[in-house]
Amino acid sequence: MKVLLRNPKREIDVDGRHTVNSLLAHLDLPRESHLVICNGTLVPGDAPLAATDTVEIRPVISGGC
Amino acid sequence: MVAAGSKCRTCRGPAIIDLPRHNANFCAEHFLELCRRQVAKAIDKFEMLTPDDRILVAVSGGKDSLAVWDLLIELGYQADGLYIGLGIGEYSDVSGEYAKAFAAERALHLITIDLRDEYGFDIPTAAKATRRVPCSACGTSKRHLFDKAALEGGYTALVTGHNLDDEAAVLFGNTLRWDVEYLARQLPVLPARDGFPKKVKPLIRLTEREMAAWCIVRGIDYLVDECPMALGNKHLAYKAALNAIEQESPGSKASFYLNFLDNMAPLLAGAGASGVEGLHPCPSCGAPTTGDLCAFCRVAEKSRAHEPVPVELVLSKGRGRR
Repeated sequence: MKVLLRNPKREIDVDGRHTVNSLLAHLDLPRESHLVICNGTLVPGDAPLAATDTVEIRPVISGGC
Repeated sequence: MVAAGSKCRTCRGPAIIDLPRHNANFCAEHFLELCRRQVAKAIDKFEMLTPDDRILVAVSGGKDSLAVWDLLIELGYQADGLYIGLGIGEYSDVSGEYAKAFAAERALHLITIDLRDEYGFDIPTAAKATRRVPCSACGTSKRHLFDKAALEGGYTALVTGHNLDDEAAVLFGNTLRWDVEYLARQLPVLPARDGFPKKVKPLIRLTEREMAAWCIVRGIDYLVDECPMALGNKHLAYKAALNAIEQESPGSKASFYLNFLDNMAPLLAGAGASGVEGLHPCPSCGAPTTGDLCAFCRVAEKSRAHEPVPVELVLSKGRGRR
């Protein structure tokens, strides 16, 4: 599946079947600091992702003080 | 995508977000309801705002400031916004566009100040001229200009979008240093006093992840990219450490900060300096200060004397760490 990552913005290909949580774990991204948007909709950790889905992994941490 | 298995705790409909710290999942409608309830609870418990307050929201174009503005309007408060153009290259240009678009779409009043146009310097130049980390000059400038705009505009409360993660990270840093004075002052409401407006943080019961989700569900476009000058700062390292703990023990961040407010802050009351001793008006701008010049005027004086510095020259060593 195609996965859009941010900071910096880039797209990667991920093979295999994944849920949101397994995709984050596969990419070594903490769940607490990311949200996953699938086909324009926010999805929870156990949501299965299909190879044809458009997936964005959005970091949520800001560094401003 | 196949339909997810998670159900909303409230209505049993399909969930859009899992919140491990609540051991629950929520649909869009009930997630928004949870956020509104958490903000109302914080405002009520800490007596942050009254319906008569004239509120000025410090707006950056990021998720937290736009979310808190949106939430306050939803809860029925009168709130204008203030955006400061900090001159951090394309990052500032784009963040300003998000802030302006948000206000325009909702017919809200947004005040804008451009640091270089109105004060003759920008943050990259200030960082170079003062030889300090960029976040230092940035924080000094924002605090000064927010206070000034709130007082001159007749606003009775200045609201910032600091969330639970922000406050837990600051608490973590203050605790690592056992900085009693800062710990004593780390409160969600700072009352108005001579030369300073009341300052309020209504998002202290909500995490960054929840605020980003609020914006996505509400259709609020915000600047996702991180400030290029903040990358690699200590604040981000503290957040990463706390999130590692949160992953293993959901609810830890909320316990750490909210129990500090309940159990520790009362014991520290009076332990820190009140901050008003020895204050007098800055001879240059009139803001309260204990020095010859206020912190902002010192930064401005050094920075105006320095040739303009492009942001690329002062980018943090930690660039690209995520």
